Amino acid sequence: MIVHRVITCPIQSDPRAAKILSAAHVLEFHQLQRVECQNLYFIESQLSHEELQQLALKLFNDPITQSVTSDEVPSKSPAPASFKSDTVILEVALRPGVTDPVVQEIVRAAHELGFLSVHRVATGLRFILQYESSVSKSEANFLSASISAALLANGVIQHWKIGHIEPYFPEEVESTGAVETISIRNLSDGELLALSQDRRAALDLNEMKAIQAYCCKENRDLTDVEFETIAQTWSEHCVHKTFKAKIDVRYPGHEARASSIDSLIKTYLKSATEEIDAPWIRSAFVDNAGIIDFDDEFEVSFKVETHNHPSAIEPFGGANTGVGGVIRDVLGVSHKPIANTDVLCFGGQTTSFDRLPKGVLHPRRIMSGVVSGVQDYGNKTGIPTVNGAILFDEGYTANPLVFCGCIGIAPKGLHTRTPQEYDRIIILGGRTGRDGLRGATFSSMTMNAKTGEVAGASVQIGDPITEKGLIDVVIRARDLKLYHAITDCGAGGLSSAVGEISAAIGADIELKSVRLKYAGLAPWEVWLSEAQERMVLAVAPQNISALQELCDTFDTELTDIGVFTGNHRLVVRYDSNIVLNLDNEFLHEGIPQRQLKAIIDNSICGDAKAEYQISNIETKDVLLKLLSHPNITSKSSVIHLYDYEVQGGTVIKPLTGVQADAPSDAAVIHPLVTKGPTGIAIANGINPEYGKRDAYNMALAVVDEAVRNLVATGADPSHIAILDNFCWGDPLCPETLGSLVEAARGCHDAALLFQTPFISGKDSLNNEYLGADGQQHAIPPTLLISSIGIMEDITKAVTTDLKEAGNTLFLVGEFKPVFGSSHFNLVADEAIEEAVPSVSAITPKVFHAAHQAIQSGLIRAAHDLSEGGLSVAIAEMCIGGRLGAKLTLNASDPLRTLFGETTGCLLLEASEGKKDMLLNLFRDLPIQRIGMVTKEPILNIQFSTFTAIDLTVDQVVRAWNQPLQPEIMQ
Amino acid sequence: MKPQALILQARGTNRDFDVAEAIRMAGMDAIFIPLNELRINKKHLLDFQMLILPGGFSYADSLGAGKLLALDLNSYFKEEISVFIESGKPVIGICNGFQALVKSGILPGDGEWNLENGSLPATLTFNEKGRFECRWVYIKPVSQKCVWTKGLDELIECPIAHGEGNFQTINHKLLTMIESNDQIALTYTHTDGSSANGEYPINPNGSILDIAGICNPQGNVLGLMPHPENHIRAFQHPNWTRGVSGHSGLVLFQNGVRYASSL
Repeated sequence: MIVHRVITCPIQSDPRAAKILSAAHVLEFHQLQRVECQNLYFIESQLSHEELQQLALKLFNDPITQSVTSDEVPSKSPAPASFKSDTVILEVALRPGVTDPVVQEIVRAAHELGFLSVHRVATGLRFILQYESSVSKSEANFLSASISAALLANGVIQHWKIGHIEPYFPEEVESTGAVETISIRNLSDGELLALSQDRRAALDLNEMKAIQAYCCKENRDLTDVEFETIAQTWSEHCVHKTFKAKIDVRYPGHEARASSIDSLIKTYLKSATEEIDAPWIRSAFVDNAGIIDFDDEFEVSFKVETHNHPSAIEPFGGANTGVGGVIRDVLGVSHKPIANTDVLCFGGQTTSFDRLPKGVLHPRRIMSGVVSGVQDYGNKTGIPTVNGAILFDEGYTANPLVFCGCIGIAPKGLHTRTPQEYDRIIILGGRTGRDGLRGATFSSMTMNAKTGEVAGASVQIGDPITEKGLIDVVIRARDLKLYHAITDCGAGGLSSAVGEISAAIGADIELKSVRLKYAGLAPWEVWLSEAQERMVLAVAPQNISALQELCDTFDTELTDIGVFTGNHRLVVRYDSNIVLNLDNEFLHEGIPQRQLKAIIDNSICGDAKAEYQISNIETKDVLLKLLSHPNITSKSSVIHLYDYEVQGGTVIKPLTGVQADAPSDAAVIHPLVTKGPTGIAIANGINPEYGKRDAYNMALAVVDEAVRNLVATGADPSHIAILDNFCWGDPLCPETLGSLVEAARGCHDAALLFQTPFISGKDSLNNEYLGADGQQHAIPPTLLISSIGIMEDITKAVTTDLKEAGNTLFLVGEFKPVFGSSHFNLVADEAIEEAVPSVSAITPKVFHAAHQAIQSGLIRAAHDLSEGGLSVAIAEMCIGGRLGAKLTLNASDPLRTLFGETTGCLLLEASEGKKDMLLNLFRDLPIQRIGMVTKEPILNIQFSTFTAIDLTVDQVVRAWNQPLQPEIMQ
Repeated sequence: MKPQALILQARGTNRDFDVAEAIRMAGMDAIFIPLNELRINKKHLLDFQMLILPGGFSYADSLGAGKLLALDLNSYFKEEISVFIESGKPVIGICNGFQALVKSGILPGDGEWNLENGSLPATLTFNEKGRFECRWVYIKPVSQKCVWTKGLDELIECPIAHGEGNFQTINHKLLTMIESNDQIALTYTHTDGSSANGEYPINPNGSILDIAGICNPQGNVLGLMPHPENHIRAFQHPNWTRGVSGHSGLVLFQNGVRYASSL
């Protein structure tokens, strides 16, 4: 076999090259003058030179946009003469084992064209970097290496070389099937811990001792397959051991209050759902996703996952597979995915390189990669991305947060989850490689400067088109009732998927049947691989052929790997030899409950209200600064990268208003398969600023935010379900665990207050980074509440944009603005330290009244008050309508009224004629008439003595449209 | 029996259900047929009165959007498609379908204008801004030859969602021919119908002459980048809460269905 190179070069101006050049200049590589990007294809084949040229012409050529050249590898000819000494050719290729979805398409296409000797293909990138003529050759090489590391290649998945790179084709070696035996029975405590660490198992001493006891009881040692399986199954990622732990809580200064909590999930989350006992919940906490009633015929599911650690080291792949994973969660309850949500948290985009911890990618690069990863997967699977948020905080520099959510729909009664004895165990979808080995335990560990290097194998790259095939097959198989149970392959791979699906019955697996991307995997690697795009199904033998037919039609692979047994043991073989034989009960129930300590110190929460004295504040400038703050400013540059229209059901879009550039509070989906006017509203609440100061009130505030966003759009507050996602630091630190306990308690109280049950949740702990400086960097305590509401009639939905001059503006809800952890404090020269806003007991009534008003058609526009307070809310409404507003406020403390933050409040626009009906609905509730909509596009806010804000809507729009990634870094 | 439209599903197709809804609303039955199934019985294509190549990311856009689907069309269905087109039956390729029609040589000239070495005279390449974008646009039906746009005098509002929608030709001569042949079916325009003149984002991708869609010389094959199938109901319009009433995308499908029914 010979490896040929095919190179395609753009012949028109190339935006990709322009982006690299401008990014290089942002990073102060000013000597770089020109960049050219070319695509490299390595073709392993027995093609003659003429055949190669024909193939290049037929498959790779497009004479209008690119030229194509081909030669053999390694090239004997030096770089073409046109490249001067100040020009460097740098090539990038993927590391071994990294998924490259394009190559199989190329091989298929080459065969289709009759070039049957094409055996394997690899891809790469080739950069021509041209420097100022004053730059010497050695300088140019040095600069290229730095640019490569910063912009062109990520060492975790790619390697690069100046000059010609060699592609990597995996050697086709057969695995010996060797299994290692791990002696555990006679180890000391220290040796047990060392074993856990050596194998990156993230198990503590108690857990290791439980394994030891099991070995003693069974009177044998474990195989590596067994040990790794236990480590995965018992990982924080899979069993949420912190949330199930017994926690002793201590309150410094109030020792008598000390208490003990037996499982945060049970005590605070599931208990709230049970107490609310909503009749429309179909499944909460038990399956891959939570499920609620949609209408008489359909049900909808919602799941939100995190993919933080993988996104930190390979942003594109991490976010990409995060989206892919949550889509499979929804597919795992037999639902068709109909919408995605994405909430992203990054470090400051202008962080200087000197302040970056060692081994950490720059937040700019993380953001670009994550956004591209979300875009790629959502768009290519044909699922609209309709809701989300992007937040920035220094605390996310090393630990970005990537929350991926997916909503699905299905006719009621089709999802089954009971495998039968003798059912076959079927894998559908992608093949298995070394991708993502030990991902579950990796995500449960604190990262350090070397994580990127050693965890390379934990990175997965997605293949959205294979996932699309999976969706096509599974939904049809569901309708044909071809399976008895289904689950997705996520963290822990087959070990976790087969383990879970067979937990109640038992299974016997032959690992040699698993189809591999390349040969040579050890049995434990096959069993634990986190290769993406795989589902595991329980299929009765007589249904296999029908399922196979579906798979053939949709180019999806089906592999039969074993049988459900009924003997309650998990048995795994390799070439018929048993490599794992564990008792299901031990595997799934044998983990000892963790005993943890928490300290709750509420003294940092601050006084309810501070007296302050700030003179000479130009309120207009504060508003403009707030509108330009990265957390508040327009996210349109990201939103337009996501296909939010596919499937034709997005009736309230992420952006709204005359120019479609103002923020919506929630998205509304009217699913194509349904016939009635019922729709789904989707929103979220998140506030890490509050989390830093007061986790309990933060939790209340974000549940309130998630609910009020839905209510503002028209959803029925008595039919809202919520999901929790906790991203915290190290729970072994008692203060960190203390704030987690407080947040969970807040979730409980808020759920009961609003009567919004939790239907699913997820935690991602250990979001800490041990920098090369020896300091521990933790993220702000971050709770994402995702909310889903049912809207009986989508035609009643309202948007945030002002509709008509002359209409009246009302402020409803208990308006108690405070400055604690407000965005005012982030932009003001002097922060005002006080408590964060609390949630008023009257708020649910306000929301119900607002819903009544919307249902009755009294409301033309509605928007909630959140970051930046009243002034930002009204400014955003003006942007949407390109109309002005004149507010006259009666308050002794203008600054607080304008910029203080509050919960439970909405701004409503109503026509003069509807005013009395509205006031009547709110007769026992807080409502203030604060102004009116004006034709003249000016935002004018008056207090009795002075004009606080007087800005044209143009000025407001300009301030709000700041780029998220400024070109020049400070 | 109602006339039937075949919606061809390739690996990665994703706006198949959206266009089926539009076709059904326009009064025709829509039948999904996966490409692998049609390969088993190619002649089945000729039983249909309309062929639809929907949007999506066939084969992950590998080697350029639509390229590998185009290869399939030429490898497996060249004869059947050419008979279908010559018989005058309507064909529509939306977004990825348009890309496949262009990259298979069916548009703009049924292969007649291919270069000497067999290369294609036109392409849909990366958007000028270098990124995928989803946003609403105004498109103006232009061609009176095209059975899909003929007689339509109102602007159509609908979203685009693509990264490679920038229509370019190998030379100016070909462009003039397309224009003088009345093959420019749809162009991007301002709200008032005036020419976008290449201005972003009115023309969202940098297409030459603001071309959003073209037809073949016969007028029965339309390819377009925007998604009129995503604006067939009032509540899909971004400004319906402001009282703007919509569904202006439906007329295009009604036009095609009317034509198909008349054959």
